[in-house]
Amino acid sequence: MTTSTAIRRPTELHARLVLPDVEIGICLGTGGVAAGGDEVFAAFEAGLAGTGVFAVVKPREDTCPGSCASIIGTGCRGMCAMDVLVDVLTRKEGVESKVTYGTVTEKMVAKIIEEHIIGGEPVHKWIVLSDDEPTSHNEFYQLQDRLVLRNCGTIDPEIIDDYLEAGGYRGLYKVLTEMTPERVHQEVLASGLRGRGGAGFPTGLKWKFAAEAPSATGEKFFICNGDEGDPGAFMDRSVLEGDPHSVFEGMAIGGYAIGADHGYVYVRAEYPLAIKRLKIALKQAEDRGLLGANIMGSDFSFHLKIKEGAGAFVCGEETALMQSIEGKRGMPRLRPPFPAQSGLWTSPTNINNVETLACVPWIITEGAEAFAGRGFEKSKGTKVFALTGKVKRSGLAEVPMGLTLRDVIYSIGGGMKDDKEFRAVQMGGPSGGCLPASLLDTRVDYEELNETGAIVGSGGMVVLDVDNCIVDTARFFLKFTQAESCGKCVPCRVGTVRMLEILTRICEGKGVQEDIGLLETLADDIKAGSLCALGGTAPNPVLTSLKYFREEFEEHIHEKKCRAGACAELTTYWIVAETCTGCRACSRACPVDAITGEKKEVHVIDPEACIKCGACYQKCRFDAVRRQ
Amino acid sequence: MRVHDLTIDGVAVSAPEGTTVLDAARKKGIYIPHLCDRPDLKPVGVCRMCTVEVEGKGLVISCKTPVRDGMVVRTESEGVSKVRQVALELLIADHDSDCLTCAKDTNCSLQRVARHVGVDSPRLARIRRERDRRPLDTSNPFFDFDPNRCILCGICVRTCDELQNINAIDYTFRGTKTLIAGFGNRPRIETNCESCGECVVRCPVGALVPKDSRQPSKLVRTICSFCGCGCGMLLGVRDGEIVSAAGDFKNPASRGRLCVKGRYGYRYVNSPERLTTPLVKRDGEFIPVGWDEALDLVAEKFSESMGDSFATIASAKCTNEENYVVQKFTRVVMGTNNIDHCARL
Ligand SMILES: Cc1cc2nc3c(=O)[nH]c(=O)nc-3n(C[C@H](O)[C@H](O)[C@H](O)COP(=O)(O)O)c2cc1C
Ligand code: SF4
Ligand code: SF4
Ligand code: SF4
Ligand code: FES
Repeated sequence: MTTSTAIRRPTELHARLVLPDVEIGICLGTGGVAAGGDEVFAAFEAGLAGTGVFAVVKPREDTCPGSCASIIGTGCRGMCAMDVLVDVLTRKEGVESKVTYGTVTEKMVAKIIEEHIIGGEPVHKWIVLSDDEPTSHNEFYQLQDRLVLRNCGTIDPEIIDDYLEAGGYRGLYKVLTEMTPERVHQEVLASGLRGRGGAGFPTGLKWKFAAEAPSATGEKFFICNGDEGDPGAFMDRSVLEGDPHSVFEGMAIGGYAIGADHGYVYVRAEYPLAIKRLKIALKQAEDRGLLGANIMGSDFSFHLKIKEGAGAFVCGEETALMQSIEGKRGMPRLRPPFPAQSGLWTSPTNINNVETLACVPWIITEGAEAFAGRGFEKSKGTKVFALTGKVKRSGLAEVPMGLTLRDVIYSIGGGMKDDKEFRAVQMGGPSGGCLPASLLDTRVDYEELNETGAIVGSGGMVVLDVDNCIVDTARFFLKFTQAESCGKCVPCRVGTVRMLEILTRICEGKGVQEDIGLLETLADDIKAGSLCALGGTAPNPVLTSLKYFREEFEEHIHEKKCRAGACAELTTYWIVAETCTGCRACSRACPVDAITGEKKEVHVIDPEACIKCGACYQKCRFDAVRRQ
Repeated sequence: MRVHDLTIDGVAVSAPEGTTVLDAARKKGIYIPHLCDRPDLKPVGVCRMCTVEVEGKGLVISCKTPVRDGMVVRTESEGVSKVRQVALELLIADHDSDCLTCAKDTNCSLQRVARHVGVDSPRLARIRRERDRRPLDTSNPFFDFDPNRCILCGICVRTCDELQNINAIDYTFRGTKTLIAGFGNRPRIETNCESCGECVVRCPVGALVPKDSRQPSKLVRTICSFCGCGCGMLLGVRDGEIVSAAGDFKNPASRGRLCVKGRYGYRYVNSPERLTTPLVKRDGEFIPVGWDEALDLVAEKFSESMGDSFATIASAKCTNEENYVVQKFTRVVMGTNNIDHCARL
């Protein structure tokens, strides 16, 4: 705690000089940009200027006597499948109304400008979210509790004043003026916050250890882990792209709590947009004296560096990550010593995940009780999930801990896509597992999920339906971990390949009964004999699948059957004469011309030529293409 | 220093604080299988062969577990056998099996561990498969690297880093493609490798082997003649010819280590180009003469050049004492301070 009189409040923001009549917010997260966000942005800019009615202004820089509009690029708001998402907020006689348009393209912009912005009547058919006339997509947000993602999608991450206006850097101000470092870890401990990087270790406790560790070098470091290597996970990217300052603020608070004055944000190089925004944000925060030497005029200094990782999954493991920052090959090393004792360049080091850190300023400003008031038993607060697969609405959803899987899949996700039957939900990515329908009432809670064999992990949630093969899914995840093994430990390096070969054999119908036992033996050895958690958890997808879906493995082995029709070697396609209308949809879809037949006559599949891609099966509207 | 008393397989063992269980067992002559550990390198714990059971703690790797008072260690148990046997089978399944033609045959740690631990042959057969052969790195003039025999224990990497401070090699790639190589997968000759061969000596299997792998019929303990350091060495002799040189781990000065010259530079001894008698130039031609005649000639020429028309350049092959004598002779007998040494260049 430093004397508060000398410390400047972080409120010296550039206030808005005008309140625009129209505010347009366009998603420019990676999803938005990929869907054409930049083009939509340009189209709005040109379109509005062309109307002659509105001046396009930057509200913190320009003034405007007449009608004016502002356009900002925002971060991701979770409904990435609907990108480009565009918010249109209009103010008329003091009344604000806001709608969100989905899957907006350049071509749609003129109509939105003409009918909605000028004409005052929203283009109803393109609205996906609206408070006045709720659509089914509103349900996507109903059970959500957006705390980590509080600013994602609402502020412009490239304008620090937006973050400050939303209450940013008040947490840091509070710890510098009112709290001792011990009070900070106590507060974080009391909130019940646990690491969101996968292991779920209590963050306050971790900080305490790092704070109490003596440093032989006189230095301590604070690292943010933004490696995010789990396939399918993108919550950390969304936070880094949409609200970079929240992570910086969390780090500075943590740095103060453990006595570190240097920090690193480690981000994978495959996240160029996140890196760009982090660099802009860092510069802005340093220019305002919110990071760097003597923050806010206090005697606490915290210098940050952005470090780009070359994109190895294993570099997300904390000891490997530190090797990577040191310029070495990222390979895990045995703990102890833990990073809190000897981490980066042998100095005591604390490392936290992006999502963990984004919670911190919120906890400090809103209080530990507010955070601990959400959640369930030993899992407090919220968790962001990347909901994907066969659900109606996929995307990023932040929910209070303790919600059931059923809530997430059926309320937020809107249930099964095309109303097909639910088969399984894969939780926690390559370290997690597949859970059957009977476990849908499991809560999103560290302890409850661990008990099933799956994990909360980084929050990947892939929903599978009857067209997905469990064996094949397990094979997918194992293929990932075996390729990403750093190569150090024998069981992880070699054992995972052997398991993969066995699974491939089974998928190809060449498996034998002993293979199941061999899979279990190898899995046990890999778990027991791996130095880091990559190997330690790599067999989980296979083990949980064997636990809950053993009969599917046995079907593949004994009956040479894949009930999902996903394993090509075990599947045949044919056309039933009774229902085939000869519409030719199938023969046009077949990439290898394996289907023949005259127009309006029954078609036939040549089994020799068929590559079992399933294109005809998807295309036939008369249920004439069958598979087994 | 504090001493801990423990038992390993019922045998009482005492070891100072900080000793690992594996080291304590090794000193007591109890064999715990291991592949990635070496007493002169920091332990990394990657091969898992040294797994033991500690009462109250379960399975641990002995190379990374420090001794504690009252510890009860068992090197054999059902859990121990299972973990290390499967790990061993995985290694063997991923390794060449033509031991008879390997330079390390009978002197290989993998063979020793395999004999000790044993394998479940049917299971091994099921996890064995055809492997893609990887190209050898034969770029170094003194030794070859065969990745198909490498068990990735990392001993070579650590040797080059911890003992030699050269860091010529490291792990590259990931998963089953993992390989020890120079930076950017460059052949060793293109790295900063000094060819000291320290990694070759320590490789527990036949992955790093000298190009000259003739086995000696006897060893002669001696001192390296290349420089004044005087490293201890064991020269391997076969039919009157030197066929190998190894560092003498009992030598207190060099503790087993040699440089490229000491380790691989022994062929000059038997070279036909080597000078074995003094030569004197007469009428533009070198004529072999006896030592007395040669030294007389030198003394005569020296006495013609007393004072500053004389200079000596001494050799790094000489010891300190010899170099001392050279300078003394130059100053006192020859009467000049014109003295230099090749190591100054
Ligand atoms: C193979 C492997 C990959 C990991 N990848 C990540 C990652 O991408 N991001 C992350 O935050 N943590 C990752 N972790 C966990 C980190 O080691 C570490 O526990 C975490 O960053 C700590 O932060 P937390 O306490 O805030 O969760 C990974 C762990 C392993 C074993
Ligand atoms: S378990 Fe796998 S990834 Fe982890 S250190 Fe061992 S080999 Fe590397
Ligand atoms: S020969 Fe010496 S320098 Fe070369 S790689 Fe081996 S240990 Fe390193
Ligand atoms: S070359 Fe030899 S010492 Fe180096 S990793 Fe391979 S087996 Fe180990
Ligand atoms: S010797 Fe202990 S793990 Fe290799």
